[in-house]
Amino acid sequence: MAAPEPEAPTTARSRAKDHSPWNWLLFIPIVVPLIPAFFNADSPRLFGFPRFYWLQLAWILLGVGTTTLVYQMTKKRGDR
Amino acid sequence: MWRDHLTEIIVFSLLFLLVSAMGFVAARWRAPRDMAHLDEWGLGGRSFGGWITWFLVGGDLYTAYTFVAVPALIFGAGAAGFFAVPYTIVIYPLVFLVLCRLWSVSHRHGFVTPADFVRNRFDSPILALLVAITGIVATMPYIALQLVGIEAVLKTMGVTGDSALARHLPIIIAFAILAAYTYQSGLRAPALIAFVKDSLIYIVILVAVIYLPYKLGGWGDIFDAADAKFKASPAPGDGILLNANNQLQYVTLAFGSALALFLYPHSITGVLASRNRDVIKRNMSALPAYSLLLGLIALLGYMAIAANVKPLPGAKAGSVDGNTVVPLLFDSQFPDWFAGVAYAAIGIGALVPAAIMSIAAANLFTRNIYKEYLKRDASPAQEANVSKITSLVVKVGAVACIVFLDPQFSIDLQLIGGVIILQTLPAVALGLYTRWFHRTALIAGWVAGMGLGMWMLYQVGNPATGKKHFAGSAFPLSEFGFDTKKTIYVGIVAVLVNLAVAALLTLVLRAAKVADGVDGTTPDDYFADEGDPRVTPGPDRDADSAREPVA
Repeated sequence: MAAPEPEAPTTARSRAKDHSPWNWLLFIPIVVPLIPAFFNADSPRLFGFPRFYWLQLAWILLGVGTTTLVYQMTKKRGDR
Repeated sequence: MWRDHLTEIIVFSLLFLLVSAMGFVAARWRAPRDMAHLDEWGLGGRSFGGWITWFLVGGDLYTAYTFVAVPALIFGAGAAGFFAVPYTIVIYPLVFLVLCRLWSVSHRHGFVTPADFVRNRFDSPILALLVAITGIVATMPYIALQLVGIEAVLKTMGVTGDSALARHLPIIIAFAILAAYTYQSGLRAPALIAFVKDSLIYIVILVAVIYLPYKLGGWGDIFDAADAKFKASPAPGDGILLNANNQLQYVTLAFGSALALFLYPHSITGVLASRNRDVIKRNMSALPAYSLLLGLIALLGYMAIAANVKPLPGAKAGSVDGNTVVPLLFDSQFPDWFAGVAYAAIGIGALVPAAIMSIAAANLFTRNIYKEYLKRDASPAQEANVSKITSLVVKVGAVACIVFLDPQFSIDLQLIGGVIILQTLPAVALGLYTRWFHRTALIAGWVAGMGLGMWMLYQVGNPATGKKHFAGSAFPLSEFGFDTKKTIYVGIVAVLVNLAVAALLTLVLRAAKVADGVDGTTPDDYFADEGDPRVTPGPDRDADSAREPVA
């Protein structure tokens, strides 16, 4: 990714761009749901669901939680 | 016989008429001063807030076909069909930052399509044309597939005829109405209808996942019934868990599909119609609600097994139409009136994505073929007009696909569609981050990825159905000479080769100092937000045009 242009248009407000260490967290919900070793088994069952199904549905919460956290932590504050 | 399904047909028709009326009224909803501009007709004025975007993009990505085909896959093959869940989980963190950059640069420059961006970024009309054609070709069978969803419902209600025309008449009428209100209201029509569609689907599925397990003896029994069915079947790949040979396929298919989804023109249309970057980011957190819905819908396939559903016969003698399992499950378990509501949810569910897809394909044609090659000085009003007419043509084409060809052909084409749209990844998605790739190298990479992808898909046969070619996207690694039974998703291999060719050739072309055009964007463009000045002025009512563009 290119560095910010030195002579950016004067109208461009100085802002946090998209660089934030919090963004690295986004890798967790990308990598974890793609590892079959975690979920490819029948036991333990939860409400009758084999682990394969309830755990993969639970990854949805992981995804929502992570994206929400990253959004909250990288949100621009006080300039709108 | 259709007479046995009279209540269902009446409820279905009433709800269908209701949303059709909404489609026409939508032109007045958040009415612009001047509809004769592509930003208004094709992107709803780029003004949608969080809620509308959530319904619009959700209604756009989770299509009627998904709701019918994913449970059908689970019904037939078991765990392998559940890939749709990890697929729709990894997608949002994957595109969380990418789409914001695309939104910003498109807002700044008035881009309507991904090909507009490529044209400007890489200064290459040919690369843009390739991206546009890839998008149109990948989208067309997707629209046709929405009809397969409606058709499965009509078939279950007994609305069929002896001649080809009588059988397809309801679909032709439905699409004529859809075409008319899309022509009039543009993206506002699906945005408004999406509210009804998604509310209906949420209600139906909530009822289904609570009521059906209660009727069928609980979730444990449902999974056990499915397990028993797969243990008894001779096919090696099925089961309620994955086996050693299809895990790689499962993971690569989920990941590859996730990479492909937001390259589809219709997904990008939904994103560009949102008001600002915040709306996109909040939606990336909220859209997984649909993934939960999709996961539960997928399990309807197992409920159909537990309820002993036998799919209706397919188009050819001896074959079965797996897509009818969910409608049949509703028919056998729900009271008639509620089955009618459920059918309407699937039917209307087909209209929203079909409308957005035809708008997206029409925008690609207008911006990247008509304006680029046929009429350079087209005014905004002419652009909007050409797009409206093209959206009609696209729908006629989709209906023709279903009426004159075997629906299986559309399903095969859609499979190919996922592989080919992935080949635009280096230019569109990586292009948002880096201008390092040489434009000629990107074209060569596209050609290599496309060629390899087609060859691999051609090799995939299915002994069970007797199909020799294009029978799936699981490519046996033994074809490459590996001593294994594992399979892998074709799209991933093709896009990796595409990237490798593009990267190597970039090094060569840079060393040879071949001209590489001028980048029409600046780094700051990728962070622009609502209220920032545009390089290209928007339509009159746009707040931004008050502060005139810089450039």
